[in-house]
Amino acid sequence: MTAVLEIENLSVTFPNGTAAVRGVSLTVAKGEMHCLVGESGCGKSVTALAVMNLLARNADRRANRLRLAGRDITGLSEREIGKLRGASMAMIFQEPMTSLNPAYTIGSQMTEVYRRHKAAGRREAVDRAATLLDRVGITAPGLRLGQFPHQLSGGLRQRVMIAMALMCGPDLLIADEPTTALDVTVQAQILRLLASLQKDLGLATLLITHDLGIVARVAQKVSVMYAGEVVEQASVAELFARPRHPYTRGLLECVPVPGKVARGSALGSIPGMVPTISAGFQGCGFAGRCAQRRPDCGGAIPDQLLGAGHRVRCVLPQDAPSGNIAA
Amino acid sequence: MLAYVIRRLVLAVSVAITVMALAFILTRLSGDLALSIAGPSASAQDVELVRKAYGLDQPLLVQFFKWLRNAAVGDFGESYFFKDKVASLIRGRMPVTLTLAMVGLGLALTIALPLGILAAVREGTWVDRCVTGIAIVGQAIPSFWFGLILMIVLGLMLGWLPISGTGTWQHYVMPGTVLAFTAVPALLRLTRSGMIEAMSSDYIRTARAKGLSRTAIILKHALRNAAIPVVSIAAVQLGFMLGGSIVIETVFALHGIGFLAWESIGKNDFPVVQAIVLILSLTYIVLTLLADLLNAVLDPRLRAT
Repeated sequence: MTAVLEIENLSVTFPNGTAAVRGVSLTVAKGEMHCLVGESGCGKSVTALAVMNLLARNADRRANRLRLAGRDITGLSEREIGKLRGASMAMIFQEPMTSLNPAYTIGSQMTEVYRRHKAAGRREAVDRAATLLDRVGITAPGLRLGQFPHQLSGGLRQRVMIAMALMCGPDLLIADEPTTALDVTVQAQILRLLASLQKDLGLATLLITHDLGIVARVAQKVSVMYAGEVVEQASVAELFARPRHPYTRGLLECVPVPGKVARGSALGSIPGMVPTISAGFQGCGFAGRCAQRRPDCGGAIPDQLLGAGHRVRCVLPQDAPSGNIAA
Repeated sequence: MLAYVIRRLVLAVSVAITVMALAFILTRLSGDLALSIAGPSASAQDVELVRKAYGLDQPLLVQFFKWLRNAAVGDFGESYFFKDKVASLIRGRMPVTLTLAMVGLGLALTIALPLGILAAVREGTWVDRCVTGIAIVGQAIPSFWFGLILMIVLGLMLGWLPISGTGTWQHYVMPGTVLAFTAVPALLRLTRSGMIEAMSSDYIRTARAKGLSRTAIILKHALRNAAIPVVSIAAVQLGFMLGGSIVIETVFALHGIGFLAWESIGKNDFPVVQAIVLILSLTYIVLTLLADLLNAVLDPRLRAT
């Protein structure tokens, strides 16, 4: 398994002092779907935009390591990173209704990215676009290429976005809440499509979501983010079977499971809101909402490795065999 | 698209008919035409003679259709003052105003579009503040004052340009500049705000995620969406310019439509005033129609409405 995306100790700070991402590390392998899960405002999208280098100009991005398909991309100029964006790494967004330019046809927007990166002719680009529209399950691709975004439904537009992301055969696909704005039935179709693309094309996919149901369905690996940090990381089976971090447990209790939750009993919820963390913050960001808070939650938080790639950032002692990695 | 064009055409024609009726009624409302044509010293008999000669004794509707039929073939009657056909008077003045308007709008767009785009992509920086400052100053300076200053500096002190008349292309430089100056602030601010809005939209983020060049992002993806209000306002401004700027044509002694209108109003020359009002209104209608069609080309969503 070769790592397509390697992030080590990524931090993003905005000029107003908000530390939106604090020391995030994660790896996405070829053919793997890695889910980044957490509440709104926990830094998931900022992490994704930081990888794409699409952050606002005044954001401060630092990382020990940021590699795409083995190539270091931390120090690349805007021009050089522009050559990778759309070519080796592609991204799709939450709002399919507004993510396509209303003034240009589907075909024009799809071929444009291919011709930019591949120095291909018009015909070749159009053929490729039609093939991909067909691949993402759009019937009558020839007709669709000549249509404008407003003539398509939300689900179709998201399929177009996916097909457009695949135009140059990227190694990495970042999908930022791609199904949040869609109907439930369409949501399932889009997820199935993403899963099949990841398998068939060996695509490394970083899927950002707040929905644990989606994680359970499509992910191989999960990183749970809270207040800019990855608080727990594990394979999907491990995480659902043995959640360690109090936040992860809280999240799981918020998901209704038919048969397990008695009708009429209250569904779990986590009191409070995600805090805004300033640069230089020490301790656990979740402490304020945690039921198992201890006095040492305000100090350095250890990153405990529980074996089999399961790691958790918490001061609570873990029963499993653990190697202690100082934070 | 065809359905849209037809719908807009029908609308334009109905507005045109309404405007013509209004132009006709307004001149009738301004008093007894026979009386004003005959002059203050005319006897009651003379007035009646005039009334008959000009067909003013006929029912209003008959007069209207007669006038409409004549106007349709370019016959607006004869000027009371210039003793010439109104149509040939206007034809003689039109080239001056047309040239001036084209120079004015062309210059205004050449200045406003690049500056507006520049201010938008450098939003919040000193570049943006400078450009916005220019727009505010431009809006505040009266055009007759700016015209006079130009005349003094470029015409009298430096002697680079002629200060009045219409002989050569040089004659149009100063008035064209002043005319452009009046149009720049609105165009510039609309371009800037439209571009700022477009640049922060989701589809621009998509374009950036596709790795497109900055030029393609700004000029292809953002500008096309930002251009729609600019096109609309530019059409209105061109209409205004084609009406002839009375102030600028007077300051620079250009004998265009604006100057003619000013003269005719002062002399109660009704046929001329009526013809100018009509031509101007029709010009506006045609320009608005063209702007709408151009916008429909720019934004496909407009074709469906």
